[in-house]
Amino acid sequence: MTLTQTAGGLLLPDHDAIGEWRRLRDRLAHADRTASAAALAALAGGIRRTVISTIRTAGLGHTGGDLSVTDILATLYGAVLRIDPARPDWPERDRLILSKGHCSVALYTTLTTCGFFPADRLATFAAPMSPLNGHPSRKAVPGVETSSGPLGHGLPVGVGVAVGLRLRGSPARTVVVLGDGELQEGSNWEAAMTAAHRGLSSLTAVIDRNGLQQGASTGDTNDLEPLADKWRAFGWEVAEVDGHDHLALLDAVTAPRAEPRPRCVIARTVKGRGVSFMEDRVEWHHKVPDAEQTRMALEELR
Amino acid sequence: MIVEETHDCRDAFAAELVRLARHDSRIVAVCNDSVGSSKLAAFAQEFPDRLINVGIAEQDMVGIGAGLANAGLVPFVCGAATFLTARALEQIKADVAYSLANVKLCGMSPGLAYGALGPTHHSTEDLSWLRAIADLPVVVPADPAQTSAAIRWAAETTGPVFLRIGRFPVPDVSPPGGPAFAYGRAVRLREGEDATLVATGTMVSRALQAAVLLAERGVEARVVNVSTISPLDRDEIIAAARQTRAVVTAEEAVPTGGLGAAVAEVVLETRPVPMRLLGPRTFAPTGETAFLLEHFGLTAEGIARSALDVLGLGDGDLAGAGHDG
Repeated sequence: MTLTQTAGGLLLPDHDAIGEWRRLRDRLAHADRTASAAALAALAGGIRRTVISTIRTAGLGHTGGDLSVTDILATLYGAVLRIDPARPDWPERDRLILSKGHCSVALYTTLTTCGFFPADRLATFAAPMSPLNGHPSRKAVPGVETSSGPLGHGLPVGVGVAVGLRLRGSPARTVVVLGDGELQEGSNWEAAMTAAHRGLSSLTAVIDRNGLQQGASTGDTNDLEPLADKWRAFGWEVAEVDGHDHLALLDAVTAPRAEPRPRCVIARTVKGRGVSFMEDRVEWHHKVPDAEQTRMALEELR
Repeated sequence: MIVEETHDCRDAFAAELVRLARHDSRIVAVCNDSVGSSKLAAFAQEFPDRLINVGIAEQDMVGIGAGLANAGLVPFVCGAATFLTARALEQIKADVAYSLANVKLCGMSPGLAYGALGPTHHSTEDLSWLRAIADLPVVVPADPAQTSAAIRWAAETTGPVFLRIGRFPVPDVSPPGGPAFAYGRAVRLREGEDATLVATGTMVSRALQAAVLLAERGVEARVVNVSTISPLDRDEIIAAARQTRAVVTAEEAVPTGGLGAAVAEVVLETRPVPMRLLGPRTFAPTGETAFLLEHFGLTAEGIARSALDVLGLGDGDLAGAGHDG
């Protein structure tokens, strides 16, 4: 491949996709719970299928974590975040920070469902000069609030965003999506203290609690439990939900707060969710499916 | 000998930040329990809501700075240079530089400023570490006028920057009249065609004094103040290499990666001339800052001796020269 045959180029809004996303938001605003659950499930199912095919095409990706965080991202982008995909730098937007940046394919795919950029660009993931790097870059990808990849970075940035928005008098909210393994990084707990000390009631941390990290379970590596008690002890409100139940996630994130405190939603998830041979298997952390596995996965996700 | 009036550049930094904050409500200060050592008391008094003291948590501090920038504010993130840079280096790389966040990192009391508090508190590696990070300007003002001008430039410019704010007292070195600081531009403070003394921060006034000592020996030394270490003013360095016979660099930082290495790279790639790179190359022994600077040869006499040495003139009758570091 010569340097001219690269996957470079700016990512620009996809106005058709934005229209579709806006119609989904309108539907969800008026739908009953059954219909809302069905709409979010359909959105998440589409994201999962695209995640599998994108990783297969690129030969690279964090398949297991992408599938465990998909329902969280689908719920937040589909039903919660006040954003304008045509204006990714709109100052009053809600911010979502994906601290577990290795799950970039799930994030990129979700961003295309909102129309931040066209879905066909996902085929360039990890290709030479593509803006879609293995880990998300703020400079290159509209909708990415901060470059992430090294773990334990998202929550401090989210705390800064929440402090800054409050100083500006903005009602915008900040959501940080973290992996559970990365809670072993001490920087998270520095930020957790600061968030509680400052009463950041516009800040929500959602933990993708799939119980596995790269090499083994979190319990066998450096146990996080009692996790909810830790967050409570740090001064946070805690909700524990099924991280694949869209309505439970929606309720946990949007419930009114009795006190001016940050909220932690521990979303219990399954790594590799939706593909039987990937579920809860540590080797699928960053394993890439072969042709047959891809066919089987897409079949199961149909 | 005339005793010159000297200044702690943190005072100029603090006064300028308050002045700017009065006219720009986006400016906030972030610190790590360093209100006193970052000289932020006046800022805190005038803008109590705009001082975010995170406590002793530098990774948190730099991440929060990136978040504040994301929210549309202009954060000046202040802490002792060694803790700010060493403890939060990955945040500086990923959250600030790679994210192109509009964060102004202010490394206070750098180099050997903490004296007998020891190498744990000295910040002699910061220039090497930060110069290796893309998209992160590294600015080292040499006196109060440069400090104020650099702070104004940082506030007006969108994008990340590291500012190294000195504590060790320095005299005024900026020529009156002209702009005290121009980003990316080195300032030639004295003409000379035998050798060039390239200095930054606290070493600039000492390089000027060294040029006086050299003139007494009949050696005309050019003196260049490099206040932007990254990106380096290549043209001024190339001119020095072409027009003078040798180059000596002096910095209160390890030269293996800092100013010395930066200048040497350009000299090597363009017009190799003999060089001497002055700076601490070992962890410092115990002693106050002035003693440590002398210990490492970072004095007017030490710089002058190195210039004579690199020109092959020996150190002759230069009295009071410092020890080799």
